[in-house]
Amino acid sequence: MDFSVVDSPAIWITLKLALFTTAILLLLATPLAWWLATTHSRAKTAVSALVAMPLVLPPSVLGFYLLVMMGPAGLVGQLTQTLGLGLLPFTFSGLVVASVIYSLPFSVQPIQAAFEQLGNRPLEVAATLRASPLDRFFTIALPMARPGLLTAMVLTFAHTVGEFGVVLMLGGNIEGETRVLSVAIYDHVEALEYDKAHLLSAGLIVFSFTTLLLLQQLNKKRKWQPV
Amino acid sequence: MSGIEFEFQLPREDFKLQVSGTLPDRGITALFGASGSGKTTLLRCIAGLERAPGGKLVVNGEVWQQGPTFLATHQRPIGYVFQEASLFAHLGVQRNLEYGWKRIPRPHRNIEFEEVIRLLGLEHLLGRFPHQLSGGQRQRVAIARALLTSPALLLMDEPLSALDLDSKQEILPYLERLHDESRVPILYVSHSPDEVVRLADHLVLMEHGKIVAQGEINQLLTRSDLSLSRLDEASAVLKCRVAAHDPDYHVSYVAIDNSGLKQKLLVPFKDLPTDHPVRVRILARDVSLALQMQSQTSISNILPARVVEVFPSNTPFQVIVKLDIGGQFILSKITKRSAALLHIEKDKLVYAQVKSVALMR
Repeated sequence: MDFSVVDSPAIWITLKLALFTTAILLLLATPLAWWLATTHSRAKTAVSALVAMPLVLPPSVLGFYLLVMMGPAGLVGQLTQTLGLGLLPFTFSGLVVASVIYSLPFSVQPIQAAFEQLGNRPLEVAATLRASPLDRFFTIALPMARPGLLTAMVLTFAHTVGEFGVVLMLGGNIEGETRVLSVAIYDHVEALEYDKAHLLSAGLIVFSFTTLLLLQQLNKKRKWQPV
Repeated sequence: MSGIEFEFQLPREDFKLQVSGTLPDRGITALFGASGSGKTTLLRCIAGLERAPGGKLVVNGEVWQQGPTFLATHQRPIGYVFQEASLFAHLGVQRNLEYGWKRIPRPHRNIEFEEVIRLLGLEHLLGRFPHQLSGGQRQRVAIARALLTSPALLLMDEPLSALDLDSKQEILPYLERLHDESRVPILYVSHSPDEVVRLADHLVLMEHGKIVAQGEINQLLTRSDLSLSRLDEASAVLKCRVAAHDPDYHVSYVAIDNSGLKQKLLVPFKDLPTDHPVRVRILARDVSLALQMQSQTSISNILPARVVEVFPSNTPFQVIVKLDIGGQFILSKITKRSAALLHIEKDKLVYAQVKSVALMR
């Protein structure tokens, strides 16, 4: 069968996109989640709402505004052009930016919940044991929030793999550049190539199931229990 | 300048902390009071976990808080034992203990790792995780972990209150050993008269965010103007030293400290070397009075004493008599009737017949 030749770039791009998005979001969402979990600032509720927006917005709306903003007349578009980066829509980089925004709540919320569940006490204890704030964050908060971090990574990864609307609005369907799995499946169905659509869809189902199974195993594996 | 000099004002939801004073830099000082009296808040202010604006804290001449100076908690040489289990759940016992230890530069360490393990009996627990320990064991690890930071001041916030009776009994001897063997001054928050009587050298009485009284334990327990002397369990704590043993009768003699009269008490045998400090508790209701020395009696401990004052008790038919037995005080709870018949009054010389003496350690 020849679908493997046709679809393998789509699989590769999807994985690359999911990996990039997960890595960037882990770096971005962790400090943001920490701030949300610990701040007393009045801006907290507004920021929380903003982070959660992608959960309720139709992906097409999000994609549309991202397209406008990143376009030649948009603020972001003008900035990227001034910096000599060109325009982001219809490029892989554009997809990464869109995915990061789209998957933000899937990263922030589990990590924030883990930090909040941790409470202030372990950090106070660490402070009485001479650990500076940064020291406390890396030796206490992060390791104890590990289940939350893991959940965030898996959710972000899986969510990015399944992304469709935003990609279609912003990335189009450029073979080898922006065509991802979900779009490829859509194309196959449009072309009535059900067997190919089946193969990719079933593959995604197996992938998702395995990921969740793995997550559960990883969370079970730890030696310690909360006391 | 030694001692812990402090001044804090901090409004809380149900009271306003408003305290100042100087605490001794040795022994165990108990902050004693009902819940909501502000003792934990005071402790947290001293640890820097709570920031009282405009407060002042000078420990042994070093400024921890004053004006713009405010040392963050991790910059203060303290150890802190929290009320509930506070071990890091994701670290084993060994790594919990090392957490603070590793953060102390070698030249600043004044206690050996193995020494602390021995002091708190943790040899067999090092390989476990916190969830595999009993409540009492966890608290022992937490105490050891705090000690391993070589603190200049050890703060303990009701370390026994979350434990069941058995675990309390398990830990108290370790705390007593800590008191005897370590030179770190301890601030010990408690609302349990029993713990205070067993452990404290110095007592700070708190009520509604204020310090009502403070002083040496024997003085404070026997003060007529404080509620402690009116409790059912009103008692006096005497500092003594082991004087001699009598193996035939399985008893020991302890000499009462700073007693000009060289008074001795007979106590159940305790295997301690001569001159070892011990503390003895005498309940007010176990002390009766006589005007003459009784020789034909089964009571072994009869001490000549001078009446300091007579004041009402918590019952209408009894009074409390405060007695000076040579530098330290004891209380005697007798009926009003007896007090009248014997003409008990200030400065009268009497014999205190002590029915029962509890050797605390």
